[in-house]
Amino acid sequence: MSKIIATSAIRGAHETVNLAEAKIKEAIDSKGANHEVAFPNTGYFLPVIYALTGEKIEKVSDMEKVLKIAKDLLPEEPSESLWLPYLGGTLDAGIATLFGAEMIMALRYIGIGDAPVTDLYVGAADDVIMRARGVEFVDGSAPGFAAIVGAAPSVEQAVAMARDLQQKNLYTFIAGSTDGVCFADQLVEGGVEIGWDTRLVPFDPHVYGHIYSIGFATRAAMAFGGVQPGDYERTLRYNKNRVFAFVVALGEVDPVKYAAAAGAINYGFPAIADTDIPEILPTGVCTYEHVVANVPFEDIIQKSIEVRGLKIKIDKVPIPVAYGAAFEGERIRKDDLYCEFGGSKSEAFELLLMKDMEEVEDNKIELVGPDLKDMEEKKAYPMAIVVEVAGRKMQKDFEPILERQIHHLINGAEGVMHVSQRDVMWIRVGKKAVEKGFGLADIGRILHTKILNEFPAIVDKVQVTIITEADKVHELLEVARKEYHDRDERVSGLTDENVDTFYSCTLCQSFAPTHLCIITPQRLGLCGAYNWLDGKASFEINPTGPNQPVLKGETLNEEKGEWAGINEYLSRASNGAIQRLYAYSMMENPMTSCGCFEAIIAHLPLVDEDTGDVRSGFMVVNRDYAGQTPFGMTFSTMAGLVGGGLQNPGMAGVGKYFLGSPKFLSADGGFARVVWMPKELKEQLAGILEGQAERTGDPDFLNKIADETNALTMEEVGAFAKSKSHPALSMDMLG
Amino acid sequence: MSDKIRSVDPATVEMLEKIGDMSTMFSRAEEMKVCTFGSEGSCCRVCAMGPCRLGGKSKNGREKTGVCGATMHTVAARNLARSVAAGASAHADHGRAVAMTFLAAAKGEAPGYGIKDETKLMVVAGHFGIETEGKTVQEVAIALGEAALAEYGKQTGTPMMYVKRATEKRKKIWEELQIFPRGFDREVVQLMHQTHAGTDQDAEHILMSSVRCALADGWGGSMMATDLQDIMFGTPKPLRAEANLGILKEKEVNIILHGHEPLLSEKIVDSATSPEMIEYAKSKGAEGITLGGICCTGNEVLMRRGVGPAGNVLQQELAIATGVVDAMIVDVQCVFQGLVEVAEKYHTKVITTNERAMMTGAEHIQFDEHNAIETAKTIVKAAVDNFANRKGDVFIPDHKKPMVAGFSHEYIKYMLGGKFRGSFRPLNDAIISGRIQGAVAIVGCNNPRTTHDDSHRFLVEEFLKRDILVVVTGCAAQGAAKAGYLTPETMEMAGPGLKEICETVGIPPVLHLGSCVDNSRILTVLNEVVTEGGLGEDVSDLPAVGLAPEWYSEKALTIALYCVASGADVIFGGVGAPYRASSEMMRLTTEGFKEKFGATFEFYPTKEEILEATIAKIQAKRKALGIDTQKERVLFDMEMRRELNV
Repeated sequence: MSKIIATSAIRGAHETVNLAEAKIKEAIDSKGANHEVAFPNTGYFLPVIYALTGEKIEKVSDMEKVLKIAKDLLPEEPSESLWLPYLGGTLDAGIATLFGAEMIMALRYIGIGDAPVTDLYVGAADDVIMRARGVEFVDGSAPGFAAIVGAAPSVEQAVAMARDLQQKNLYTFIAGSTDGVCFADQLVEGGVEIGWDTRLVPFDPHVYGHIYSIGFATRAAMAFGGVQPGDYERTLRYNKNRVFAFVVALGEVDPVKYAAAAGAINYGFPAIADTDIPEILPTGVCTYEHVVANVPFEDIIQKSIEVRGLKIKIDKVPIPVAYGAAFEGERIRKDDLYCEFGGSKSEAFELLLMKDMEEVEDNKIELVGPDLKDMEEKKAYPMAIVVEVAGRKMQKDFEPILERQIHHLINGAEGVMHVSQRDVMWIRVGKKAVEKGFGLADIGRILHTKILNEFPAIVDKVQVTIITEADKVHELLEVARKEYHDRDERVSGLTDENVDTFYSCTLCQSFAPTHLCIITPQRLGLCGAYNWLDGKASFEINPTGPNQPVLKGETLNEEKGEWAGINEYLSRASNGAIQRLYAYSMMENPMTSCGCFEAIIAHLPLVDEDTGDVRSGFMVVNRDYAGQTPFGMTFSTMAGLVGGGLQNPGMAGVGKYFLGSPKFLSADGGFARVVWMPKELKEQLAGILEGQAERTGDPDFLNKIADETNALTMEEVGAFAKSKSHPALSMDMLG
Repeated sequence: MSDKIRSVDPATVEMLEKIGDMSTMFSRAEEMKVCTFGSEGSCCRVCAMGPCRLGGKSKNGREKTGVCGATMHTVAARNLARSVAAGASAHADHGRAVAMTFLAAAKGEAPGYGIKDETKLMVVAGHFGIETEGKTVQEVAIALGEAALAEYGKQTGTPMMYVKRATEKRKKIWEELQIFPRGFDREVVQLMHQTHAGTDQDAEHILMSSVRCALADGWGGSMMATDLQDIMFGTPKPLRAEANLGILKEKEVNIILHGHEPLLSEKIVDSATSPEMIEYAKSKGAEGITLGGICCTGNEVLMRRGVGPAGNVLQQELAIATGVVDAMIVDVQCVFQGLVEVAEKYHTKVITTNERAMMTGAEHIQFDEHNAIETAKTIVKAAVDNFANRKGDVFIPDHKKPMVAGFSHEYIKYMLGGKFRGSFRPLNDAIISGRIQGAVAIVGCNNPRTTHDDSHRFLVEEFLKRDILVVVTGCAAQGAAKAGYLTPETMEMAGPGLKEICETVGIPPVLHLGSCVDNSRILTVLNEVVTEGGLGEDVSDLPAVGLAPEWYSEKALTIALYCVASGADVIFGGVGAPYRASSEMMRLTTEGFKEKFGATFEFYPTKEEILEATIAKIQAKRKALGIDTQKERVLFDMEMRRELNV
């Protein structure tokens, strides 16, 4: 029966490529061949085309070459009898469809065709989103994505499916309609919050919108996997073996949808349909079946997961609302608010403490004070969340690590929002959650279940006390603050010198197979998510996991941060690709980068216009900053140069908080070299930057760092630094 | 006439009926009694102290030996060795002719020849260790042509270039047994030397030297012929054609291309399909020109040009007897002298074209790669001119079947995943999942000592029913084509698993891989399947068997030895082992080969026994691989994903 699919997909591919041709012609006629065309804020051009062919599309006329490639890929439809083999041609037709669709969608951004972004539809994901969300794919908090095509039989069924996907922590990418109705329309009608934050992402009402799904996955291969543009084999293999995505085809499947599915199958993404279409069950291009049909709507997600070969662990949390990482991004707006705690409106804090085994009664959840049903709507109340844990392998050092989990653990409940931590935490509970019977003790149930499940190696018992009595909260707040203070003291006392072991981190090798992080007490992982204590705890939790202790061994160079044991480890683990590491340098033997770094540091030459003198400065740019930098590139473009697990002197990906470390590139001159960073980052990190300024004996230093409001070229930064007598100007030239 | 059924091919049956008692291979086989001593390998005629007929006991009760004292085992081994040397020579010399034309073409000295597949040129150059970076196509081609030719006279004792492509495990086996082939000429010459009276008189040692010579064929001569032909004439991809004598057309000029080399026939196809020549044919009263192939020249022009096979080796005389063949152009191997006698009764011109293969009574027009276009024109013109000489005794059997051919190993990879995802993974998966139970290659010839095409047809049908994928080459392929098995619709005959795969990919369940030198494609496929993973570490682990149920030629023996030495079980049918007089040789080629190569060379007289033995081997391999039972689906968590190769 797959001849029917082949015939239909090939037909759809011809239709798509013809449409692309017409649109390109329209664009050339109305805008001119040299008109620029791009998706917003990406360093990867039209990413599917770029990754699979190496062709950069920057202006409309660039599309003509790709159009020819697409046409050459199009086979004839199989004949009625004595047909020639069609699978290979159908898959090629799928790729041609992707190329056609990507050009059609890109042209929409210059006014050819419908507007790409509307109140409902978000359009193409830029690189900021791709990298930030990509990290979730890296660490497994998002095990994959479902590409939904078409519409569910009813709004209720659409909502149920979305909730199911959310509870399974999957991203849901939505594009395509059935009889003019899109799954996204149904979710809106059903009152479901959609958008990147809830992992329900409405791309476009046309199936071509799934080019954004494929583009997201494709960029992951380049950004995290170090795959070179044009290396189609690795791009596709990476996606088959790393990005666990699948297509859910709801309702009628027309030729264009078949063609798009054929494109997805090239990526190893199978299609599962709720209608009675022909199937392709033999395996090989995808990990398992390619097209599975006639699956009852209610079973389709479970079936899809099996077909994709995905293992998803869901912890059943005994609470009356849905639970999953996808709900973490949910906002509770004023209109939906039942009541709230903290957020500077009332006193509130959370504290996790280690206790002896006999002091903790497992699963004891106690609420001291009034529950939600006794509270007035829209008001703020005090709250203390005290979690006491015990375990044979629990250590005092792990307290802050476990405590930091409270944020995302509580946030995972549908209709509950949690922000920040410690004594600045803020919880909002929505009306719908209360309607479904959510009570404050449920917060305790979440914490009990999840902490035990996620940290079975170090935690054996968990008890939780939730306090809403104002006096008690106030009284305990002082205790908590002392605890926070003591912890900070302890952590700041941790230096690279006074430990003998660092931790490796290969967590992101699920996405960036060649990158290796070394985490020291004074240099956290470049993703910003893992510090030395996290590494230590992670090793305790999973002794064969991604974080392994690495003995420093003999100190070879204290100033540059070189240790014999670390070199040995890196050489072994990288198969000899990396021989030496200077942990405190970016210019010599630097740390490699994956794709999930929070910020990039780059060497910026400072030229004195008057004397011609050249000095070395550092610029810092964070992932969220989309604008131009004095380096002459945006973050996205620079990220393309930094990633891929290669040692690349002069540029490095780092965790933002590394800027606060005394070891911050200390071998290269350290913090005093920083001459430029985006304004927003400066404000965000004000606290730690001021600390650094104090330490370097230059309290006014922050004002000497230029930002995009006063310098956007290398020359302007040089002039700005000179005007401020920046210390970097009196330091030696590097490199 | 004996009671034996001569053929199951309806065109052949009708033709035999038509010609009555005219002499053909069929009738001569019935008249000619097989020499018992010769057929079982016990006759030694390598020196003038004999010939010695061994077998039985001498007067004093000892096993009979030759005058020189050579035992039955030595004699049988020596006889096999000489056949293997001849078979390997045929393929190697074919490869040499191709390499010489290739080099001339690369240098621009062979008008009409060029490089059609640049991608493959670069791949093959890589196999030969030729630097391609920054070089022009012509530079690479010249380097490859020279390197290919150098393989013939290599004296250094280092292994031939292609053997590097074998699996590590296999190479280690060859190294330990010291049978890495060195150079073609050296292997053949040395083997012939070893068989001289009073030289090598250790059956096992002679046999292993024969294997080394055979490997020089499979991983050398044949592979080189296939690859260089692909580069020059295009790597095959699927195309449609029709098979059997029914493709000949009474009102057109009919030209049959017969033999084994495509060098000249490629040019003949160009010429015969040119508007100029078609016009010329019309001027002579014909409606056009029809080309038909026989034997492996037929397969070559089928695979790349879509020329329909008019028949297989046993039909060469019958083709002429249709009365409509205006010229039969022959080159080398399997071109039988009986043709001349038949041609004399009709108007057909038999034109020999290769200095290696002259035939008394035939017209000779020498092929010269430097002047091929003109030679081809002259030949086609001669055929057209002969149209007017038809004698009127015309009978074209109304039998032909549609077919799809053209499965190179490159295309097989493509068809399983397209340009971007082409790989053998889906095939391996299909075998692991049991949708395909295993694969058999049905190859080789026809032999009038068995019923023409009977075993081919029977076995194809039976294997398909049992979800066993069939690949075919040579005259066996033409046998399957004439039965109509090379159509995608044939999947209806297949078991449910194989049918599902055929449906998914759009292929016939019987894949035509080409001529007999193209058996090297099978080696490549087997190797790639192993490399793809999941089916063991070596070819000998695969549930795959090679069969030549109707073999007759010495080349078949050579092919069998290189296949077994490469790890594939081989079964021959019809006539028995030509060394069966020696119990030691029978042991060495079965148990002995099993121990050394993990595969055996066996002979079964009937098709039913072949079927049973093949299935048993496939099932045993499946069991050893642990794929005889369904495995539970593996679901991947993050940690497992990190283990996956990207």
